[in-house]
Amino acid sequence: MNQITNEGLILACSAVGAGLAMIAGIGPGVGQGYAAGQGAAAVGRNPGAKGDIMSTMLLGQAVAETTGLYGLVIALLLMYANPLLTKFLNL
Amino acid sequence: MVNVAASALDMVTGIGAMQTVLSSEKAVDFFIHELIPYKFFGQTVYITTTHVCELIIILGILIFAIAARIKIMHAEEVPRGFQNVVEFLIELLEKYVHGAMGTHGKKSYVNYIGTIMLFILLCNISGLVGLRAPTADYGTTLCLALISVGMIQYNNIKTNKFRVVTNLFKPIPLLFPINLIGEFATIISLSLRLFGNVMAGTVMITLYYTLMPVIATIGIPTVFHAYLDVFSGAIQAYVFTMLTMVFITDKIEG
Repeated sequence: MNQITNEGLILACSAVGAGLAMIAGIGPGVGQGYAAGQGAAAVGRNPGAKGDIMSTMLLGQAVAETTGLYGLVIALLLMYANPLLTKFLNL
Repeated sequence: MVNVAASALDMVTGIGAMQTVLSSEKAVDFFIHELIPYKFFGQTVYITTTHVCELIIILGILIFAIAARIKIMHAEEVPRGFQNVVEFLIELLEKYVHGAMGTHGKKSYVNYIGTIMLFILLCNISGLVGLRAPTADYGTTLCLALISVGMIQYNNIKTNKFRVVTNLFKPIPLLFPINLIGEFATIISLSLRLFGNVMAGTVMITLYYTLMPVIATIGIPTVFHAYLDVFSGAIQAYVFTMLTMVFITDKIEG
């Protein structure tokens, strides 16, 4: 255990953090699935309005997806442009 | 342990970024490449792959526009061939904008929304021809979002005049900070949504191409391209423009 360097510790914690950040994918997954289910139910009730239902559903899903993408951006930052490490190296 | 840490260090700081991602032996390369350095106010900045791809796309749109212009100048009464395509495209965009903005969808909005729609769509599907999608660069999407938010706020000030300030205190004055943050959060959410989606697609496709054996990269990636490039790209272009229109309509009516 004595061999863990400071950089190694930061990198290990960053990797764990990136994994944890992707848990944010759960929310949009549930939300998009619910929206798709409601969309399918709406098309079942009123097949004539399929175009409108489709566009509204896609818009709502894209907005719901945003929170998940925030998590993705954080994970990408931790993996490829780690601000913690550059701060540590500049000290 | 130290070696692993050192190579991983290179990876994170971007020095050896092309060599390793985690423990794979092959080079996973979905990064923006810096091509030509030049000085800008004392700072070294680069012409990157993003600029090159954007230029190619803009040239493509320009050539199409000039060809369409020449064709429309000698328009025929009964359209056929290329003229048909151009008219169909314009009518599609006009219908799209008028449908979303209602009576506010005047001609000027069709110009703006149509331009930004075409650009984002072509950027997103440029992965099909081997380019690195320019929208997978946060610089591009941030600029697009800034232009859109400028448009939204211009319409806000134009229609609401001094009510722009009082609207921030509705429905109760206590919500002023939240409303103010909400105005600026539009930039972040618009740009990150586009960037995140396209970047995720780019990463997925690059990982597949790099990590799978060569025999599996023939034919099968078509599925990934169809979903991640074409479908997702078209959806994101639609969502970006649709949200811009919704926000503008909201400001005009608000």
